[in-house]
Amino acid sequence: MQKRTLIIDPVTRIEGHAKITIDLNEQGKVDDARIHVTQYRGFEKICEGRPYTEMPALTARTCGICPVSHAISSTKACDNLLAVRPPKAGRNLRRIINLGQIVQSHALNFYHLSSPDFIYGFDAPKEDRNIFNMIKTHPDMAKDGIKLRAFGQKIIEELGGKRIHPTWIVPGGVSHQISIEQKENILRQIPEAMEIAQRALKYFTQSLHKFQKEIASFASFPSLFMGIVNKKGNLEHYDGFLRFMDAEGNILEDGVDPRFYKEYIGEAVEDDSYLKSPYYKPLGYPQGMYRVGPLARLNIANACATPLADKEFEIFKNINNGKPVLNSFYYHYARLIEIIYAIERIEELLLEPETMSDNVRAHASINRNRGVGCSEAPRGTLFHDYEATNDGVITGVNLIIATGNNNLAMNAGVKQVAQAFVDGNNITDGALNRVEAVIRCFDPCLSCSTHALGIVSSKIEIRDHTKKVIEIISRS
Amino acid sequence: MIKEKVRVKTLKINDMDVTAKSNATILEVANEQGITIPSLCYLEGLSCVGACRLCLVEVKGSSKLVPACTSKIKDGMEVMTNSPRIQKHRKMILSMIFAERTHTCSVCVSNGHCELQNQAIEQGLEHSEVAYIHQKFDIDASHPSYMYDPNRCILCTRCVRVCDEVEGAHALDIFGRGIESKIIHDMDEPWIDSQSCTSCGKCVQVCPTGALFEKGVSATEMTKKKEIVIKLIQTRKER
Repeated sequence: MQKRTLIIDPVTRIEGHAKITIDLNEQGKVDDARIHVTQYRGFEKICEGRPYTEMPALTARTCGICPVSHAISSTKACDNLLAVRPPKAGRNLRRIINLGQIVQSHALNFYHLSSPDFIYGFDAPKEDRNIFNMIKTHPDMAKDGIKLRAFGQKIIEELGGKRIHPTWIVPGGVSHQISIEQKENILRQIPEAMEIAQRALKYFTQSLHKFQKEIASFASFPSLFMGIVNKKGNLEHYDGFLRFMDAEGNILEDGVDPRFYKEYIGEAVEDDSYLKSPYYKPLGYPQGMYRVGPLARLNIANACATPLADKEFEIFKNINNGKPVLNSFYYHYARLIEIIYAIERIEELLLEPETMSDNVRAHASINRNRGVGCSEAPRGTLFHDYEATNDGVITGVNLIIATGNNNLAMNAGVKQVAQAFVDGNNITDGALNRVEAVIRCFDPCLSCSTHALGIVSSKIEIRDHTKKVIEIISRS
Repeated sequence: MIKEKVRVKTLKINDMDVTAKSNATILEVANEQGITIPSLCYLEGLSCVGACRLCLVEVKGSSKLVPACTSKIKDGMEVMTNSPRIQKHRKMILSMIFAERTHTCSVCVSNGHCELQNQAIEQGLEHSEVAYIHQKFDIDASHPSYMYDPNRCILCTRCVRVCDEVEGAHALDIFGRGIESKIIHDMDEPWIDSQSCTSCGKCVQVCPTGALFEKGVSATEMTKKKEIVIKLIQTRKER
């Protein structure tokens, strides 16, 4: 048998566009498998020359799913340029809208994108594995998904004025305070959202026994984990310190001010993808592979610090006897625990009297020429790093998007799953679906994650009508 | 004392008989009669230059369209302000204004309060009928209170005229030709180095788009106060 390459293009039920290549050897066994992100955005270049005040709205356009996360990191970078800390009410309101974003994005991944695999199984006919079939066969679950996502979206709309790309989050805080009526509107929806989240968690944990083979091979390997924790080392999404943990649970770095991320994170570029490959600098590339996102956040945190989430957090921690959970299939589990945490935290924050203060924004001019903003987006740690003139004109931008942090791990995961399930002598749809499904565990948002680092490399393959490669033109 | 004799002229606008002062423009008369003619460069009290061409109207007997803001009324004139031919031309004019610079409304400080954006909505312009040029101009952020972004400038010259005719400073002018034109301060110096600018901010308040704006405001936050400038001009005239 000849060497062959299987191509899965496009990868479905993810956000953004990607293809997977699986290289088979003469025996039909998997030699290598890679994910290629084939689109290119280039916001880092587009932003140059623009005023810093435009950055939150401009960079939020990176993504239609999590524009709030970008606006949060961007305004934090701008706060840093102004050398101000928003007033408590401004910080609390930013936290609430960020958590609303996390709920809606997590619900989207669990219900709309991933649950067809859980309901029908990975080997089910591909015609069945989609949200529309779920609406037919599991209408209550589909309604739950829509309602829970709407809960997050309505918070964003209530606070920010619109569900996608709100401009309410501004450098120095937020543009205006919220009314008691708005607060009550959100609080009223919390009990139902919590019921739905608990139901989803119960469904998932009760289904876990069906996926033991997937759990064992879906990007299940030792790696580092990175994320933000608060001063107490607990789960945090808005503001805190970076923590790096190894696969054994040893804390490698703690209390790292995100402004100094470059001392710890390097960025590599591969020829066959527009997605950068960040790595933990002390271990080098690619050994410094780390994971971010819900799984990493729960692995590195000491606790969630909200009652219901902590109850589930304890069970999660026991999966690997207190050590970090290495199986990426549990990203789904971590995502559901985070939804519960987010709902609890939104309620706590809304009930804090200071949240209702009219002092929501700090005003200042440029006081620094470099500003870094870092927060936890649904998919992981997000960095916005700006350089600006004294007049406030942006001269340099570096973005590390949450999905990008997971690039090395996603590639390793794709290879692991392909080796476990794909057999060149008998290629099944279920096997290929599993290769895609491992990517869904990471819930990548690929449209957001492609940005410039040096000269963008490109490779053009010229093929004849039989798809045989005739010529390759490359630039790197 | 015998009052100066006021001469009047009679004309038709949209088939309606109208009488107005003999030195009035079509736009002024239409405004008095509550007939809206869209415009971007016109500002009550400032001289008229016919820069934006959005106020083009049809005059019976003339094959050319004429700008309502600079055309004086004539006895017996018959004016149409909103024929299908005019609507078509207005859409094309707006398309060319949008295509000439980079008006990305979604991230603009004036989004939601922009006269150009409002005109596009009113005229039903859903997309530009000509290709975007994507010119890139450097922004001038040197002034401590204001910014100038030529990428959003429609060259209406309201700022130039208000600075000259109301503030009396004439710190602003047009530089360059055609699509390269831009507003400059003094001899094309950074705003902060302008010797004649008084930092009054009138130019910012009358700018119809997000080209001139207050520093520190984010997307959608810039609300212009051109009414203050119009009131100022009226008050001075009354004195």
